[in-house]
Amino acid sequence: MPKQPGGQRLRLPLEWLGILPFLIFAMLFLIMPTMKIVIGAFQTADGSFTLQNLIDLNTDSIRSAYWTSLKLSFVTALLGCAIGFAMAAAVVFGGIPKGVRNPLVTFSGVASNFAGVPLAFAFIATLGPVGLVTVWLRTEFGINLRAMGFNLLSFWGLVITYLFFQIPLMILIIIPALDGLKREWREAAAVLGATGAQYWRMVALPILFPSLLGTFALLFANAFGAVATAFALTGPQLNIVPIKLFAQIRGDVLGNPNLGYALAFGMIVITALANFLYIWLRVRSERWLK
Amino acid sequence: MTRFFAWGTFLLGCVFFALPLIGMTEFSLKMRRGEYSFDAYRRVFEDQRFWDTFSYSLILAAATIVVGVLLVVPTAYWVRLKLPQARPVIEFITLLPLVIPAIVIVFGYIRLYNTSSFLPLTGSALGTDILLTMGYTTLALPYMYRSVDTGLRTIDVATLTEAAQSLGAGWVTILARIILPNVMVAVLSGAFLTLAIVLGEFTMAALLNRPAFGPFMQLLGANRAYEPPALAVIAFAITWGCMGLMQLVTRFSKHERAKA
Repeated sequence: MPKQPGGQRLRLPLEWLGILPFLIFAMLFLIMPTMKIVIGAFQTADGSFTLQNLIDLNTDSIRSAYWTSLKLSFVTALLGCAIGFAMAAAVVFGGIPKGVRNPLVTFSGVASNFAGVPLAFAFIATLGPVGLVTVWLRTEFGINLRAMGFNLLSFWGLVITYLFFQIPLMILIIIPALDGLKREWREAAAVLGATGAQYWRMVALPILFPSLLGTFALLFANAFGAVATAFALTGPQLNIVPIKLFAQIRGDVLGNPNLGYALAFGMIVITALANFLYIWLRVRSERWLK
Repeated sequence: MTRFFAWGTFLLGCVFFALPLIGMTEFSLKMRRGEYSFDAYRRVFEDQRFWDTFSYSLILAAATIVVGVLLVVPTAYWVRLKLPQARPVIEFITLLPLVIPAIVIVFGYIRLYNTSSFLPLTGSALGTDILLTMGYTTLALPYMYRSVDTGLRTIDVATLTEAAQSLGAGWVTILARIILPNVMVAVLSGAFLTLAIVLGEFTMAALLNRPAFGPFMQLLGANRAYEPPALAVIAFAITWGCMGLMQLVTRFSKHERAKA
């Protein structure tokens, strides 16, 4: 058989056998389950094609769930980026001793993984109705957070809680990018007469822009898909998409399994858009930061 | 002036991160009225469900790490050695779990592997455990793959393979006795991250109805006052431990290399 002219070409695909176990795994536990959701979103209960599920998403309750989720993800990503950037810049350029840098990076690694149920407990113990800060402000300063309209189990409470893992994630990603800013660029700008603000506005930020926007997209997707923190904090009643989907999977609260698929499909579309933006922008930014 | 702002920003950030940690620690010690005590921790440790769920999650984490290593090391090795053209495909697949939320993946599992399907994994406890392990492997895939792939970059895969082959080693020997020891640091650091992820994971375990540590914490949080912050302190210590071990193995390897 090897004598026929195609023999050489026949041998080649055999090398793909080496990654076959991986491809089978990915097929079974990643791609097929996702496809099941995507296809289900376009099917009726008896399996024929329909767009009705996606149209049915347009109810007040689901629309407001998506809107709250989008707002939550946007606000936490924006604040996470801004505060994380400020802290990273303070450590890299602000003349803070080198000794705090490694602990900050280590802590960020821990905090960005400290999401989910325990994080919710930590914030309840701190900003909840009888939490440390709530009680302290009330007894020492007479400030009643509750009376001022602050409630941990609300949108802004969730924002503050999410920031606990969003900011560290930003710090972890942006510190290497800040390190990539070459000293020569700043000196060259200074020689040409640029002020510090001009250097940042006209040199550093344009170079960092893809990383910043890319990380923003990553943080956005990170917040959008998070279930555990919000669930442990507020229980099943908060109206955001992941919690709604959680309730739907547990007990078909929407009364239509295929509407559940559509809900999940909407989540995939949004996180996929955000992530592809991230990957595309990271490739662009790596050109400068070599 | 810059320095003033830098310190201000940095210290404000520190306060934001310190307060919840102080808050949960302080609250967890307040179970006895009027004085600090470790009562909440004692209650947690006396709870049989704590040990049951915790050991369940530990076993699952171990299984996840084994499956992950068996899956990722040979694949990353093979891609480097023979199939560089497959790299974009593999990298894309390993990034997918960051794109598709865990809740959507597990939703797919429940519908795809139900009792009337071609592979009825959710029909039995063991089947569901296997499914959950695969789910966790999926969640850990991006970190595991990147870690191992970076580890492989530092060694000369082709030369090592040829040397081993000319001494008569087969593929299994090469992988187990040449490649794996050489990327051990990367594997370990991926393993500790996997451990941290699996121990705290809530969504998949809750939706597959398995008695894991994450759902147990959530259940306790819904019903008790002082035990949840104690659990949070324990969980934080575990996460910190995992990250510390990760750094330790990395640092250890640097010393090794410096000596050589």
